[in-house]
Amino acid sequence: MSPPGSPRLLDSFTAPREILQEFADLAEEENVDPFAETASKRQIAARQSDYHNRRFDRVAVSSADAFQDSEDGKELEGGYKDAMRLSRLEQEEQRVKRAIEEKERRDREEGKMKMDLDKTPPASTMDAEEFIEAAIQDGASRKRKQRWDETGEEKSTGEWSKEVLEASAPKKRRSRWDCYSQQKPVPGETPKLELPMVPIIMNAPGVMQEDKHNRYLTDEELDIILPATGYAIVTPPPGYTPSIAPRRLMATPIGAAAGFQIQESSDAAAIAAAAGLAPDLPTEIPGVGNLAFFKAEDAQYFAKILTEEDETELSVDEMKERKIMRLLLKIKNGTPPVRKTALRQITDKAREFGAAPLFDKILPLLMERTLEDQERHLLVKVIDRVLYKLDDLVRPYVHKILVVIEPLLIDEDYYARVEGREIISNLSKAAGLAHMISTMRPDIDHADEYVRNTTARAFSVVASALGIPSLLPFLKAVCGSKKSWQARHTGIRIVQQIAIMMGCAVLPHLRNLVDCIARVRTMTALGLAALAEAAAPYGIESFDNVLKPLWTGIRLHRGKGLAAFLKAIGFIIPLMDPEYASYYTKEVTVILIREFQTSDEEMKKIVLKVVKQCAATEGVTPSYIKHDILPDFFKSFWVRRMALDRRNYRQVVETTVELAEKAGVAEIVGRVVNELKDEAEPYRKMVMETITKVVEKLGASDIDERLEVRLVDGIIYSFQEQTTEDQVMLDGFGTVVNALGIRVKPYLTQIVSTILWRLNNKSAKVRQQAADLTTRLAIVIKQCGEDQLLSKLGLVLFEQLGEEYPDTLGSIIAAEGAIANCCGHDPNEPALPRMTPILRNRHEKVQEASINLIGRIADRGAEFVPAREWMRICFELLDLLKAHKKGIRRAAVNSFGYIAKSLGPQDVLSVLLTNLRVQERQSRVCSTVAIAIVAETCGPFTCIPAILNEYRTAELNVRTGCLKALSFVFEYVGPQSAYYCDSVVTMLEDALTDRDLVHRQTASTIVKHLALGVAGLGCEDSMLHLMNLVWPNCFETSPHVIGAVMDAIEAMRVTLGPGILLSYVLQGLFHPARKVREVYWRIYNALYLGAADALVPFYPDLGELSEGPNVYDRHPLQAFI
Amino acid sequence: MASELRYTANTQLEHLHARYTGTGHADISKYDWVTHQHRDTLASIVGHPTLTSYLAIADGESLGRIRFEMTEKMLQPCGPPPRRDED
Repeated sequence: MSPPGSPRLLDSFTAPREILQEFADLAEEENVDPFAETASKRQIAARQSDYHNRRFDRVAVSSADAFQDSEDGKELEGGYKDAMRLSRLEQEEQRVKRAIEEKERRDREEGKMKMDLDKTPPASTMDAEEFIEAAIQDGASRKRKQRWDETGEEKSTGEWSKEVLEASAPKKRRSRWDCYSQQKPVPGETPKLELPMVPIIMNAPGVMQEDKHNRYLTDEELDIILPATGYAIVTPPPGYTPSIAPRRLMATPIGAAAGFQIQESSDAAAIAAAAGLAPDLPTEIPGVGNLAFFKAEDAQYFAKILTEEDETELSVDEMKERKIMRLLLKIKNGTPPVRKTALRQITDKAREFGAAPLFDKILPLLMERTLEDQERHLLVKVIDRVLYKLDDLVRPYVHKILVVIEPLLIDEDYYARVEGREIISNLSKAAGLAHMISTMRPDIDHADEYVRNTTARAFSVVASALGIPSLLPFLKAVCGSKKSWQARHTGIRIVQQIAIMMGCAVLPHLRNLVDCIARVRTMTALGLAALAEAAAPYGIESFDNVLKPLWTGIRLHRGKGLAAFLKAIGFIIPLMDPEYASYYTKEVTVILIREFQTSDEEMKKIVLKVVKQCAATEGVTPSYIKHDILPDFFKSFWVRRMALDRRNYRQVVETTVELAEKAGVAEIVGRVVNELKDEAEPYRKMVMETITKVVEKLGASDIDERLEVRLVDGIIYSFQEQTTEDQVMLDGFGTVVNALGIRVKPYLTQIVSTILWRLNNKSAKVRQQAADLTTRLAIVIKQCGEDQLLSKLGLVLFEQLGEEYPDTLGSIIAAEGAIANCCGHDPNEPALPRMTPILRNRHEKVQEASINLIGRIADRGAEFVPAREWMRICFELLDLLKAHKKGIRRAAVNSFGYIAKSLGPQDVLSVLLTNLRVQERQSRVCSTVAIAIVAETCGPFTCIPAILNEYRTAELNVRTGCLKALSFVFEYVGPQSAYYCDSVVTMLEDALTDRDLVHRQTASTIVKHLALGVAGLGCEDSMLHLMNLVWPNCFETSPHVIGAVMDAIEAMRVTLGPGILLSYVLQGLFHPARKVREVYWRIYNALYLGAADALVPFYPDLGELSEGPNVYDRHPLQAFI
Repeated sequence: MASELRYTANTQLEHLHARYTGTGHADISKYDWVTHQHRDTLASIVGHPTLTSYLAIADGESLGRIRFEMTEKMLQPCGPPPRRDED
């Protein structure tokens, strides 16, 4: 407090304003969600190309179920006829639009002033416009009106269908404000409509939320604002569409006169939420419970269940709707367990809910723009499950489902494509071929290429689901369509897709398919290529009809057409007989060589591919390749530029390798080896990769001495000159040196000095690469007898064990291991004590390499290390059993085996058995495996008594562990188990009669391995005893238990013979209780499939069951000599 | 049980079984089962030359005839299927 009278002090002391402002700005910046970017990346729509997003423009019509309605004797609504008319309308509209555009363009070109829409057009343009308008009205509006008369009366069944109606509505509303002038408006009154037909372009881009302040005035509002008379309403120019179609989520009620309206309170929250006004989104919904997440967009779909309602006031249908919505929300947004139960419920009740309410809810969700992968996957799953249940009830929804699912077929995600295929295939099985065809037919010559593309893919799925033959007549008709080229194009595309998808399954129908598309053009050529690829190596005779046009085609065409033709030929040539192939190859080579010089990337790729295919055919001789193809090939493709583009790079390498198969290693390597010293590094890499692949495939014996010198020189040069340490160089070096074998001896000194020099490089990467190279070369150095060099390398590596970079350290240890592997352990090196601390390194690569090294030392030179040291390592190894990486655990378990072998099993075993008491499951499991390995390496007699003794411990974990260990032991020792069979029977008796399920399961596994091991070794008596103990478990229901029990029974079939098993099974095959029958028949089937023939003598004599014409005696078996 | 095991390997096994001729299920009829047994028996005779010649000697027929007869008999080894009662 300041004393009174003193100058007034500040109330509070604070920082200057600008600093505060700065902080505020900072805070604001921080408020920005850093994941917003990624969130939008997760959304499928945001990630995909414009082409993919064209799916939002699609319009689905409900397809009438022809079968259903004819039964009722009703008139079809929205059937095939309507769909066809609709699609024709759309085509007409497109045509007119194109005509308009074309005309405008011409006008512009002719230098006319483009007419200003506000001005009165000059008479001449008026004329033209009237003409176009007339065309529109003539072609479209009249029919369209008719269509709307129909649908207007139709009662819309749900939200979806309403939305669809609206979506497919003409862009111009039939209101006074934009009706064409032929209709005189009644002044003072806007003609009322039966339905508020608001155009919705499905979730039009960019208008996610309607801006209240910035939206268009509605016609009603205009009516209120403006006087009734004194002006005329001008028609918008033809072809005009608003740039952004306003999006209305809920149609505004227009019944009341005007002005402000109070929303019903329950809806208000939902609408607010839908508009994104409510910032805090609920994660707890009444009747749904907790959700994993809830998006703003979800609110609009699930508005009805977001608020509490009085359930008693709802009708049955409304209740059903709410129920479906809740389930869907649970599936889409719920946590996994919630989702699982909801999914099961919706599946079980699918028929009860009916197709209409279900799909009305599901399909709009799938068309949501902000949909993410996971959500889509789940919804698709729902459709899949529901489809199964609904079966033919889905018919009216086929087109709607297709509209949503077809886009999945061209998704870039493989799994999405598979999912889409599965749905469509299930759909076609449920709806039937006729219905599928009539539904999809209108889309075949749709004006939009996107629609045709997806439809073609969908059709190929239908073909694979229902069989090609059933679709063939239709395909033939489509491909031969005289009316539209789009239909033919799509037809050919369907054939192409069928070939791509079904592979060699097209063979039986090859000729028919080829004939379908026999008129050769670009698309057909692509289709043929796909067919030939699928048919390879069969079916050349089916292509007879198209060979000639193809061959004349490659001489006639240029550019894109030629590329397609070449592609087709490239796939057909490998199917031919050798002599034809050789002839045709020579024909096509001329063209190919001409096209070598092309600058078109696509063409380049195809040319390379065709060269590769031609080179691979049998009829093409090495000399032909050497003299006619190689010179031009190398001239145009082995240039530095090719190494820069990744795809070209790969293609060139592949083709060259293929050519090398024919031309030989020396020819190819000789041509490229000098380029190893090229100054461009990517190019050197390309050369190196080619040499690696060629040598890997064909060996180095073809390489003569002079080439050898150039090769090794080049490789060492390019290895030293690399600036980015790369796997390619390493692989190349290793492969070539290993292929040359002892021929590298003269160069070894040089190579090793390179390695040594690089091992001391200051870059960790370089050191790592040098160590990796040592790993690869160690065996060759040993082969060349250069032990001195090897031990020198070993010494340097040993000195490097203090390496700090884990990746490099791992490589160094691995190299050490490789050296130890080929020359055995050097007793002078105290490697092991150095390794113990390194084992504690957390890096996986280091761990794995050091365990391998330890295992190797234990295997080869265990006697040089004191036993106490080994025990210490054993304890260290136990820790590694907890490792995440399977390779490490396996290496550790193997090391136990080596150590036990050199030390004797007792100590190691006691360590492992004690480890069975630990908490961690993984560690225990690995211990059991290690015990089994010890048993395998040191003989079962060393371990089994200890295990049996340990089994008597009261602890559950230990007993289970013992059982498990025993099961692994018997699995590993195989036939040896015959000696131990009787000793474990009492223990197995105990385990098989235990109350604990897992005990019986593991015991069954033991019985399985035991039974398989002792088959044919005379242990049938004890096996029969065990069989009697296993058998009652066949009614278990837990999946793992029943699996193990079935396996044990199956193994018993092998040991005891199927006859004995059959006598068990016969007891219950016709048991009055279905549950018994089901189990027994499953066992019978397994038995039957395992030993059908052997069962013949054991079938019971059923002669006395004969009745009437059915004689059940097996007379041939009663013959007697 | 079926619902419990619906998504496990065991049901797949059942589906796999059902693909093969000669396997049965809980609702198989006596006629169907026995027919399969007979076909297996006949196939076994045709497939094992020793069995065929044994039967040929017993019947006093040629090997070819026995083989032919057995194969022919496989069509309806137990006579025509019994009429199903309407249910």
